[in-house]
Amino acid sequence: MIRLCLSRLFQSALVLIVMSFVIYLLMGLMPGDPIDLMVSSDPDMTSQDAQRLRALYGLDLPVTERYLNWLSSALSGDFGFSRLHAKPVFTVIGPAFANTAILVGLSLILSLALGLSMGIWAAANPYSLKDYVINMLAFAGISVPAFWLALILIMVFSVGFGVLPAGGMSLPDETGMWNTAKYLVLPVCSLTIASIGGHTRYMRAAMLETMGQDYIRTARAKGLKESQVMLGHALRNALIPVVSIIALDFGALFSGALITETIFAYPGMGKLIFDAIMGNDYNLALITLLLATLFTLGGNVMADVVYGMLDPRIRISAGASD
Amino acid sequence: MASPSQLLLQRFSRHRMAFASATLLVILVVLTAMAPLFERVLAVSSSEVDLFNRFAAPNIRNLLGTDELGRDLLLRLLYGGQISLFVGITAALIASTMGTAIGLLAGYVGGRLDGFLMRLTDGVIALPLLPLLIVLAALDLSKLGLPDTLVNSENVSFYRIILIVSLAGWTTTARLVRASTLSLREQDFVLAARAQGCSDLRIMMRHILPNLTSPVIVATSLSVGNIILLESVLSFLGLGIQPPTPSWGNLLTNAQELIWESPELAFYPGILIFLTVIAFNFVGDGLQDALNPRTGKHVSSTT
Repeated sequence: MIRLCLSRLFQSALVLIVMSFVIYLLMGLMPGDPIDLMVSSDPDMTSQDAQRLRALYGLDLPVTERYLNWLSSALSGDFGFSRLHAKPVFTVIGPAFANTAILVGLSLILSLALGLSMGIWAAANPYSLKDYVINMLAFAGISVPAFWLALILIMVFSVGFGVLPAGGMSLPDETGMWNTAKYLVLPVCSLTIASIGGHTRYMRAAMLETMGQDYIRTARAKGLKESQVMLGHALRNALIPVVSIIALDFGALFSGALITETIFAYPGMGKLIFDAIMGNDYNLALITLLLATLFTLGGNVMADVVYGMLDPRIRISAGASD
Repeated sequence: MASPSQLLLQRFSRHRMAFASATLLVILVVLTAMAPLFERVLAVSSSEVDLFNRFAAPNIRNLLGTDELGRDLLLRLLYGGQISLFVGITAALIASTMGTAIGLLAGYVGGRLDGFLMRLTDGVIALPLLPLLIVLAALDLSKLGLPDTLVNSENVSFYRIILIVSLAGWTTTARLVRASTLSLREQDFVLAARAQGCSDLRIMMRHILPNLTSPVIVATSLSVGNIILLESVLSFLGLGIQPPTPSWGNLLTNAQELIWESPELAFYPGILIFLTVIAFNFVGDGLQDALNPRTGKHVSSTT
């Protein structure tokens, strides 16, 4: 088990280091150039000045050298300034992360509560009308374009009924629970609808597979009530793969809501990443992309480890293959 | 006795949603292919700006009305559909070719190569997909040293989006194909082929690859939907197909700003994406049941 954890962590660290270089390279290939941006904002600058600035910031060095310079200052805690926000990068990330955590956390809770119970319900009545309807809804959920869903919600509730704001976040002079909450309703709804289908299908498939096991027949043969068989025997084991899916969702927390946040102008991580990429804010884009990678990798490791902890069969086979 | 392909068709058509979806997809493809014909018959234009005819209500010539520049909405949807469907299907094919090659190589050769390729696949799966695709879509191609004629050509956004979204789809196929190859390579017919002196390449291409058809078909049909969604998201954000060429995704870009004036502009492209994606997902599900009758619901329904 510990070996599994360590090898997973080592592998993820390797991916992270490789990705930091890849992302650094990609940033250099983005349109525009930091010095050109300075030149265009200052008409007095001559081309010699630009050349000197380039040398001053080390931008005339080869890319590997620039990367190592960046890496050493990043490792010592200096992540540079954000161009768009004119602040050190980390002071920009904090509040955005808190906003995303609220948004994604709420919708994850909702989606799990609804999706898992629908999945269990469908598996309890396989191939019935209920199952059929739930399946259809789940297919619709995984097939709907999240950004279009957001537009439709805006169309109905902001344009049509005019009851909810189309985007943004509460202003400082708007206080009270409802004023904070009303900006969250539509983004949370659209994120929830977009992820609920997947949760339903995973839960249903896991339940159906467990229901085919011998120990379920044993439990039924003992004369247990169907609800006891379902919730006491089947659900416990069916939840194992589902828990690891939740760990993956958790990893996506950092960047998963990019589209929804951009459409609703919700100031979270996803919008921060998108604006940084589109606005040539290299320092910010670099760090946020790396953090997104770190979180997704972390979610994956967590999924594997949780799976191994909950399912002794995995643990044994992983140990045997080592 | 029915032939295997008849049996397959029988099993597929028993999955009613899959059958209905396949029909819907055929209709969509035919309709989008007929766009030039509609253009001539209805005497409307998908590209010509007509500022006196903006936001026209549906009428006998503009069956769905016109957009903010007076262009016919129906035709723009049909031409957009040509692009979106073509990009989705082509990218899915490229992705599954890549996935099959990687999975086959990893599964057949095994050892260090297998370890490396599968760790690579794991690594790619564990990346934040959308932000990285956005970066790739926003790259300045001239900095890559590509010739200017290519960078400035009109079709570059088209090829670029196909390449980018296919990078997202190969991992699932690679894993599936590797798993199937691992069991296939232990089969007697592979041993027989080796005894006859077949080269490894020939065994892979002639003896193992044909047996991988069903997992690859299922994986491909299931990934088309996802790939169409990705293309529409990137085009919606302005990073995919560039206007004035329409795609279902970029038709929604302007629609967000015009949502107060003309909500139907935002409705139609999205519902078409939705229907296409759900149809591909149902077809994939149906193919999975038809090609692997022993897995999935049939096992659980008998117990």
